[in-house]
Amino acid sequence: MTVMVDIRSVHKSFGPLDVLKGIDLQVRTGEVTVVLGPSGSGKSTLLRTINHLEKADRGEITVDGTPIGYRRAGDRLHELPEREVLRRRTKIGFVFQNFNLFPHLTVLDNVIEAPVSALKRPRKEAEEDARRLLARVGLADKSAAYPRQLSGGQQQRVAIARALALKPRLLLFDEPTSALDPELVGEVLDVIRDLAARGTTMIVVTHEIAFAREVADTVVFMADGRIVEQGPPAAVLDAPREERTRAFLAKVL
Amino acid sequence: MSSDTLAQAPTAPEIPGPPAVPRIVPQRRYGQWTAAVVVLVLLGLAITSVVRNRAFQWDVVAEYFTTGSVLRGLWLTLWLTAVVMTLGFALGTLLAAFRLSANPVLRAVGWGYVWLFRSIPILVQLLLWFNIGALYPTVLGVKTVDLLSPVAVAVVGLTLHEAAYAAEVVRGGILSVDRGQIEAAQALGLSRWRRWRRIVLPQAMRSIVPPAGNMLIGTLKGTSIVSVIAVNDLLFSAQLIYHRTYQVIPLLMVATLWYAVVTTVLGIGQAYVEKYYARGTGGTR
Repeated sequence: MTVMVDIRSVHKSFGPLDVLKGIDLQVRTGEVTVVLGPSGSGKSTLLRTINHLEKADRGEITVDGTPIGYRRAGDRLHELPEREVLRRRTKIGFVFQNFNLFPHLTVLDNVIEAPVSALKRPRKEAEEDARRLLARVGLADKSAAYPRQLSGGQQQRVAIARALALKPRLLLFDEPTSALDPELVGEVLDVIRDLAARGTTMIVVTHEIAFAREVADTVVFMADGRIVEQGPPAAVLDAPREERTRAFLAKVL
Repeated sequence: MSSDTLAQAPTAPEIPGPPAVPRIVPQRRYGQWTAAVVVLVLLGLAITSVVRNRAFQWDVVAEYFTTGSVLRGLWLTLWLTAVVMTLGFALGTLLAAFRLSANPVLRAVGWGYVWLFRSIPILVQLLLWFNIGALYPTVLGVKTVDLLSPVAVAVVGLTLHEAAYAAEVVRGGILSVDRGQIEAAQALGLSRWRRWRRIVLPQAMRSIVPPAGNMLIGTLKGTSIVSVIAVNDLLFSAQLIYHRTYQVIPLLMVATLWYAVVTTVLGIGQAYVEKYYARGTGGTR
């Protein structure tokens, strides 16, 4: 199987705080990788370095064979101009913990914004696609609504449809259910589960252990800016080798 | 059942039903009533005194209200306000961008501008520009006095002043937009211009419009200051007439009423603009 995301010895610090201390991770095409770990372990930062929302201080990340923010020349990575970064980023969908829908735009306008303005697709075509995507996340009747008129779970499903509208090769989820009321978590996980069943390559940062067990091909456990342990869910969740993993699971299960 | 109980309540039912829910009696606000009456009486006295005081000469007010020279003055006031607001906000937006820039030099320049032009009283600034010929007698071979007519001085002075305040209003509006909005737009690959135009600015407008409306009304009346450099605005036109006829109060009333009329119209317009930018937020807050 081909590798979709290749992360090699990535380091990142915010001032004196080392958030990522050398991360190596490969994500294969068509697989679901779930990243677990205590808060402050660097999970979200890792996810954000993949689509270059954060710049890594050291190391290299390629998505589908190309680095997002750089051009490789020999042993150097030259930072790319923003226009090019934005173009490369459109092959990655990103779903935020707080949805970050555009509150002044309708649901439909939220979904077609990127295809129309970043991919220059005809508006009509983008709208047809958007309606199809909204139907897929169970919100066919909400296209004229404004985000604030929707529940948190519905908003997050719109955000997923918005990310899918770019037809991304890779989807990144940053704690997609953490801001939701407990009774709304299920509907969002259902959508992600459906995407997994369709063979979408995804990296999901979450605290939902049961979801990880069910959907993940690989579970990655992070702590203190390092990957402590990774493997199939059965191994990492049911028979963890590392003490840190066991301690974390004992707390959350 | 409950309605039966209520109907029988006065005649004490034999079988007691569930205990009656007590009725809520609002507090009597005597103080509020007294205050309202006092204020209304005072207001009535003030209005009568204005109406009955013959020195206001309301007939003279009516006579001059739509005089050609007054209307021409009003027209100058209106377009001067429009030009100053437009240029002021254009320059102010640029300055706000400077102040929010990653470039420390631009940030410092933006800060310096705002500091300087908020420090100089507008009257002083107008007089300085009016007398700029003393500092620079010629510009590119042209006499400065010919280059800067009083109206040009008014536009330049008021615009530079306005821009300093507009910069702060725009900056505040931009800062009020959630950081996550920009990140989401970046993650979706929207260009810098598109992010600004489509995502940040419309949301910033919600915080920009109320103070901008305030500034617009302030500027409308603030333009009356240009009468000191003999620019023929609404106030100056009224002054020209009363210098001739000595009917000072009625002509000041003419100017006052016009300012009030335009302010009212602008206020109504502002309400509509605010409503437009509040869409998607479930009503104005």
